Amino acid sequence: MLYKEPSSNKIIPKLEDISFYKYQLRLLLKENARIDPKSIEDYISQGGYSALAKALSKMSPEQVIKEIKKANLRGRGGGGFPTGIKWKTTKNATGDSKCVIVNCDEGDPGAFMDRSLIEGNPHKVLEGLIIGAYAIGADEGYVYVREEYPLAVENISIAITQAEECGLLGENILSSGFNFQVRVHRGAGAFVSGESSALMMALEGKVGEPRPKYVHNAVKGVWNKPSCLNNVETWANVPLIILKGARWFRSIGTKGSSGTKIFSLVGKINNTGLVEVPMGITLRDLIYKIGGGIRGEKQFKAVQIGGPSGGFIPEKYLGLQVDFDKLDKAGSMMGSGGMVVMDEDSCMVDAARYFVDFLLEESCGKCIPCREGLRVLSKILSDICEGRGKDGDIKIIEDIAETMRGASLCALGMTAVNPILTSLRYFRSEWEKHIRDKSCPSKACKDLINYYIDPKKCQACQLCLRECLVGAIQGSKDQVHWIEQEKCIKCGICQEICNFDAIRKISKEPIPKNPLKGMKPIWRMEN
Amino acid sequence: MVRTVVLNIDDKEVRAKEGISILDAARKSSADIPTLCHENGLDPYGACRICSVEIEKKGRTKIVAACCYPVEEGLKVRTKSPKIDKIRKTIIELAAITAGEGLSGEMRLLASKYSADLSRFRSRVPTESTKCILCGLCIRRCIEANWDSIIGFAGRGVNRRVVLFPDRSGICSICNYCYDVCPTGRISSIGPSPHFPNIDNVTAGRE
Repeated sequence: MLYKEPSSNKIIPKLEDISFYKYQLRLLLKENARIDPKSIEDYISQGGYSALAKALSKMSPEQVIKEIKKANLRGRGGGGFPTGIKWKTTKNATGDSKCVIVNCDEGDPGAFMDRSLIEGNPHKVLEGLIIGAYAIGADEGYVYVREEYPLAVENISIAITQAEECGLLGENILSSGFNFQVRVHRGAGAFVSGESSALMMALEGKVGEPRPKYVHNAVKGVWNKPSCLNNVETWANVPLIILKGARWFRSIGTKGSSGTKIFSLVGKINNTGLVEVPMGITLRDLIYKIGGGIRGEKQFKAVQIGGPSGGFIPEKYLGLQVDFDKLDKAGSMMGSGGMVVMDEDSCMVDAARYFVDFLLEESCGKCIPCREGLRVLSKILSDICEGRGKDGDIKIIEDIAETMRGASLCALGMTAVNPILTSLRYFRSEWEKHIRDKSCPSKACKDLINYYIDPKKCQACQLCLRECLVGAIQGSKDQVHWIEQEKCIKCGICQEICNFDAIRKISKEPIPKNPLKGMKPIWRMEN
Repeated sequence: MVRTVVLNIDDKEVRAKEGISILDAARKSSADIPTLCHENGLDPYGACRICSVEIEKKGRTKIVAACCYPVEEGLKVRTKSPKIDKIRKTIIELAAITAGEGLSGEMRLLASKYSADLSRFRSRVPTESTKCILCGLCIRRCIEANWDSIIGFAGRGVNRRVVLFPDRSGICSICNYCYDVCPTGRISSIGPSPHFPNIDNVTAGRE
């Protein structure tokens, strides 16, 4: 019944001693396990809404903003823009009515940080939002939740109703004279709508396409009102800062990035899931102490941070401290906190292709560099992965990357080239092997590999022969098997099920000749 | 009262009214910035990115679209540099993927000015030429003239295209404004050639 640590086989009775949890600092996530998200009483019993009460009764709006500024809270949605400055700009902007918005249009593949917060602890986000609205002087708020999160929509809607019933929303909140209303808006499913200006277009009922942001949303946002948009996790941090103070918040994390960050740790590691860690933790600690290391005794190769437009970080930077500025410098980014760990079996060209293809699907198509750039990049990357790479391809990729990064309309296009550029920067030899030798060193690109049965290891058990979907494996009970290469679709099932480790992948090497007719497995020959 | 700001465009001091774009200020000072999706009188759109210029602010340089970026006091703007020229050349080459190589209009002039190799990317991605770069000028100009438009965008990403809304055909006043603004010659004086696909066919997957 009790948890057994896989590495040492030791029984660990307490949750907080399990290494997955031991090295985390769960400031935002810890309540998720203790409260019923549909009950405001549960949240209040954990000290909920006391930050709001403190802000409304003891602090002026200016003091709230000052505290957030002093805490150096930075936007958790990816950009890392200082939240206090954003609030101040919105407060100072002219407009009769102002808006605060929660961005819960989380679309990164494999990321579900915002989802777990809104679903598991909606009142915390709401409390942060109300405090922010009070500081900024906003009278309306929106929670933009993607349609694919029905439970999130349900829980935040219930939370809003409960807060209204308790007088925490509506007119004259907690007798402070402050009025504020919140509505939930369901997104219609486009990745690019997570971009702030596109999200505001979508809120207005228009097509979710970004607009130039040289005049900030904080000055002219949704319906031309000054609008302050923050990520779910950013809002959730606000009550903590107000309650415990900026100094406490700054004591966690690094100089440039305070507090904790939630990551969605996935990929080829032993422990996957949502992890909340103090900023400044090294990648090595994250992957090996919390993540439990690479699955199946394989070698670590790279970690991709920040969603589809994050960059790959290679092994030599495992000592890198995770914070906004250091990740930027390494060519990656914090992003919303997706973290995909890759092992030696992952091909970095193929991985770059995967993310480019994702972004090609999701680009809105408004500006030329992003729309056409991704079209060409996707085609060239497919060519390289399928053995049609040409000599000048890397140059073309670099030219397009420079243009996209410099001249795209929004951050989707500007950062779309991060996976390619970091892959080129840290794994260039893999690219060259793909293009020049038409070989895939990681043996992941199907068009560049062959499966081959080692006649010395094959026991002629017929397992692979029976399981092969296309009947490409030949042989019989006493005859060592071989693969008919023309028929093989390279699905890899034979390799997975072989009990004798007889099947291997080869790339570029000449395929050895088929075993002689009548060749028996080695153990039979010996008998 | 509208304030005036002083900025520096290509090492020349330029006075401009606050709120106008770098593009407007530069054109007044006779600096040449190319555009494909911009038209006087229409709201800036920022889709073609060919008007990209380099700005310097607080010691940091970055590339912005001149048509959308408002002038600021003390801003340093460079409308020409090897970097900018290369970006513009690449954008034209990218635009040529859908526009095709047999261009006319503003696109053709720019292609020769920046010695763009129109087949550079086109040869790698076999795409049917639609003669359109999706600048949206025709649509925006039509809305400006008629308060509504007979044409509009449909589709996302590389599937984006201009489509015809037949139920709105009544509003077409045959003003030829769309022909006037088209930078590629997609819309000629006798109408678009080839015709824009019908929205009903597009949504039904027939086109």
